[in-house]
Amino acid sequence: MSQSHRLPEGGRVDRGSPIEFTFNNETYQGYRGDTLASALLANGVHLVARSFKYHRPRGIVASGSEEPNALVQLGEGPYSVPNVQATQIALHNGLVASSVNCWPSVNFDVRAATGLISRFLPPGFYYKTFMWPRKLWPMYEHQLRKAGGYGVSPDEPDPDRYDKHNAHCDVLVVGGGPAGLAAALEAGRSGARVILADEQNEFGGSLLGTTYMIDNAPTMKWVASALKELAGMDEVRLLPRSTVAGYFDHNFLTILERVADHLDSASVISPRQRLWRVRAGQVILATGAIERPLVFGNNDRPGVMLASAVSTYLNRYAVKPGKRSVVFTNNDAGYQTALDLDGVGGDVAAVVDVRAEPKGELPQRVRKMGIEVLAGHAVVDVRGGRHVRGVDIMRLNGDGVADGSLKKIKCDLLAVSGGWSPVVHLHSQSGGRPRFDEAKACFLPGPPVQAERSAGSCNGTFSLGECLVEGFTVGAEAALAAGFGDGKPASTIPVTGNVAEEPLHAMWEIPARSDGGGSHKRFVDFQADVTTDDILIAAREGYESVEHLKRYTTAGMGTDQGKLGNINVIGILAHTIGTDLMSVGTTTFRPPYTPVTYGAIAGRDLGDMFDPVRKTALHEWHEDAGALFENVGQWKRPWYYPRPGESMHEAVERECRVVRSAVGIVDASTLGKIDIKGPDSGKFLNRLYINGFAKLAIGRCRYGFMLDENGMVMDDGVTARLGKNHYLMHTTTSGAANVMAWMERWLQTEWPDLKVYLTSVTDHWATVSLNGPRSRNVLARLCSDVDLSNDEFPFLSVRTGTVAGVPARIFRISFGGELSYEINVNANSGRAVWEAAMDAGQGVGIAPYGTEAMHLLRAEKGYVIVGQDSDGSMTPADLGFAGMVSGRKDFLGKRSLSREHTARTDRKQLVGLLTEDPSTVLPEGGQIVEEDATGVPMPMLGHVTSSYRSAKLGRSIALAILKDGHRRTGDAVYVPLADGRRVKAHVTDTVFYDPKGERQNV
Amino acid sequence: MLLIPCPWCGPRDETEFAYGGEAHIIRPPKPEKISDAEWADYLFMSKNPQGSHREQWCHTAGCRRWFNAQRDTVTYKFDAVYKAGESPPGGAQQ
Repeated sequence: MSQSHRLPEGGRVDRGSPIEFTFNNETYQGYRGDTLASALLANGVHLVARSFKYHRPRGIVASGSEEPNALVQLGEGPYSVPNVQATQIALHNGLVASSVNCWPSVNFDVRAATGLISRFLPPGFYYKTFMWPRKLWPMYEHQLRKAGGYGVSPDEPDPDRYDKHNAHCDVLVVGGGPAGLAAALEAGRSGARVILADEQNEFGGSLLGTTYMIDNAPTMKWVASALKELAGMDEVRLLPRSTVAGYFDHNFLTILERVADHLDSASVISPRQRLWRVRAGQVILATGAIERPLVFGNNDRPGVMLASAVSTYLNRYAVKPGKRSVVFTNNDAGYQTALDLDGVGGDVAAVVDVRAEPKGELPQRVRKMGIEVLAGHAVVDVRGGRHVRGVDIMRLNGDGVADGSLKKIKCDLLAVSGGWSPVVHLHSQSGGRPRFDEAKACFLPGPPVQAERSAGSCNGTFSLGECLVEGFTVGAEAALAAGFGDGKPASTIPVTGNVAEEPLHAMWEIPARSDGGGSHKRFVDFQADVTTDDILIAAREGYESVEHLKRYTTAGMGTDQGKLGNINVIGILAHTIGTDLMSVGTTTFRPPYTPVTYGAIAGRDLGDMFDPVRKTALHEWHEDAGALFENVGQWKRPWYYPRPGESMHEAVERECRVVRSAVGIVDASTLGKIDIKGPDSGKFLNRLYINGFAKLAIGRCRYGFMLDENGMVMDDGVTARLGKNHYLMHTTTSGAANVMAWMERWLQTEWPDLKVYLTSVTDHWATVSLNGPRSRNVLARLCSDVDLSNDEFPFLSVRTGTVAGVPARIFRISFGGELSYEINVNANSGRAVWEAAMDAGQGVGIAPYGTEAMHLLRAEKGYVIVGQDSDGSMTPADLGFAGMVSGRKDFLGKRSLSREHTARTDRKQLVGLLTEDPSTVLPEGGQIVEEDATGVPMPMLGHVTSSYRSAKLGRSIALAILKDGHRRTGDAVYVPLADGRRVKAHVTDTVFYDPKGERQNV
Repeated sequence: MLLIPCPWCGPRDETEFAYGGEAHIIRPPKPEKISDAEWADYLFMSKNPQGSHREQWCHTAGCRRWFNAQRDTVTYKFDAVYKAGESPPGGAQQ
């Protein structure tokens, strides 16, 4: 297919680089330098989408990131991206795109029938219609989403790579149009570190699509020399194809750089996109302005375009979007488009101006070209369905009512200009509050809240010459504020041929025909399919706040966030409820300015890179031994070591048997270890733990609980005294970092007088733990310089010696209730010592065991796991440790224990549970109820916290939290299961095995 | 994202810090001598001003030091930072 609408010459496309692309399964040709939108228009393709609600045919309206209609599904398979604006896609070889929200095709959409019943689809329709019966909402929602859907997410992982880049600069300039380039030049010349980011494929902003002159030469010549100078500055970084998407606190901004999206598929290099995280000293916003549509009947027909977009397609892309056109305007800018069209031989049938007497220079020039100007007229309706075929025009009388005879003009393009909306989004995101300027009839940036300034048309400065002056001025001011230059622009201001413009006549809604004829479908938000009637209905129903109106009608809630339509919504609402635009105000502008891909936000923080993995020094040994691993915080811990053919249950049972009957070996390296030194260490520990540590003998260990200030158990562990001023604290594996932070906080903020020094040494040591009646025999073969007899080295003590030739600390502490030695050696020697222990234990049947067996063994002994058997709402007494609480000293949380509620004796408490049927294993998390409990919800007394099948005991065992549990020993309670059964169990003591603790004391 | 001036390390991103709530709450020296209500006041009752607030921060991913800051809860502006144990600028605050 030829490029039927391409002009024979001109534009910034490279005619030497033709590009083939596919849209809706058709192959087309465009040129390098095109966007998908310009290439489609060059091929005469206007109809690219169906609307969200009514499935009306929609065409390309704009030429930039404000485009509401032309959303496409870009790419295929895992590379596919939904809802990308065709105006933002740089054309490249291999590009494949298709329309969204249409079925079976954009030209024939069966759901367009909803347009016929649209009067039954008022605002709030979904809320009003589909809320009852409520339980059917999930089904409604599923169907509605399909009917209203935009593009689809790919269902495979994204194969592209994305990066993040942190950067600092003195001055960040947002927007590379005339004001932004001038500001960057001025700031750069002062020596400041500058980043200039622009969302388009080329710098130049509005200059890319206009025919103005700077210094008597085409504007792009000035742009080229400015870019050349900027590129030569060491401290200036140019970021094209980079959208500043978010403006956050303290001048932190995010920029999405599309690094490879414009490249031919075959030549794509990684990364695809890069998310810049910039901390800027000063920010200059030069984000330009967006032209507004006018609101009239059938104003959404394909072929109705923004006048500035028509000019851009003509001048930048050499594409003539129509053969015969009408321009409809309320200001002078529309006349420039008429001149642009006329200049390329476009047949401009008329310029329709709502103003009664336009006399500015541009209207004069238009008249001079012989183009008819219909002043004081308005387009009231558009004819044509899938494309504009003509317009209906009426005279506006003095009261702003359209009456008189209907004038019909045939055309296939209607260029519309309703004035300009400064892009105040980033200013608003920064915390600024835009104010409405009556004279310019637009919202302008309010006083800055952060270190930012606006320049150019985003500041309401619309003429080119003034944009340049403001750019240079603001660039110098920002540089000075960042510590560079003297604040006065040093640059020579280039000369422009400014044309004086007359003021616009703001008209938020074109009046309806006095005779009641014509279409009532007058769209204010194309993407969300919101009409003027919707706003009237919403206002009538009381949604007079613009924030409520937005949510009720969905105006401004599309992916374009109402860049085109919001101002008209505000204008019409203000008019309807009889107030001014400032009182209505804008809705909140939120990041991102344009959509940011999830890929860019995630960057490389995916999969293995999502969170660090911690492995012990023995990890590879466990892998070689076939261990399966369990995640404990960031740690990988061996879960169990199945032998060939063994189930998990069989393996765990075997591992437990080895520990109870011979000797098992377990990697306990992950246990948190904090080295505590200093003369006040004992005093400090006394304040942390509920029991006393200051008088602990050197070489002895003690188990303790620490509480938060609420009196609730936060961690437990064994702390050993290694010397007069030296302790080693063990914490739970997952609590280590919190406990360290907790201790540091008290030392730094409340007790800086204490001389105590803390060091986290968890990773410094490998812990080889021998457990079982034969553990002494094994250790004896490895260690000859420590007397291992029970008298000389009793339970809960620590010795220093040599194990397998390596200096070691040996702790006699136990988490399984057997004779036990925890051998700590420097991490690098861990594997050698572990292997030596395996060798030494071969004769007595040593075997490794994992966390599952370890947890079962401790449950048999009733040892709690803080965080599993307790939940941050349990006191030591609740866990059965009332006797451990020291009465002789203060400690953190102590005072809370005597508070009325905390001191109650019928709180939820830790108990054991034995099921009546010994073969039934209760589910952990199972709720406990009384026998006679009925109804929903039934009173819940507590829940099962740990539950296992114990081979040693030949039955199931469980630990549970139970209301008033300590007084209920022997009572029967019930655990209802999901399948409807109720399991009967009896309340017992928490210690199921060796209640006197004799086995660990031998 | 806030830019927080650590008094030891200089300005750093908020992600390096942990927030610690209101500053200058002193733990009662003799908890056993005070009433439940007074203890609850120490535990739970913190200021929640709209405006200037003295609060604790810890540079957890940096020097690991706790320090105090005077920050405006409306504008998020840090008016001052000072080390733990130092007096706040401008003296006591109501």
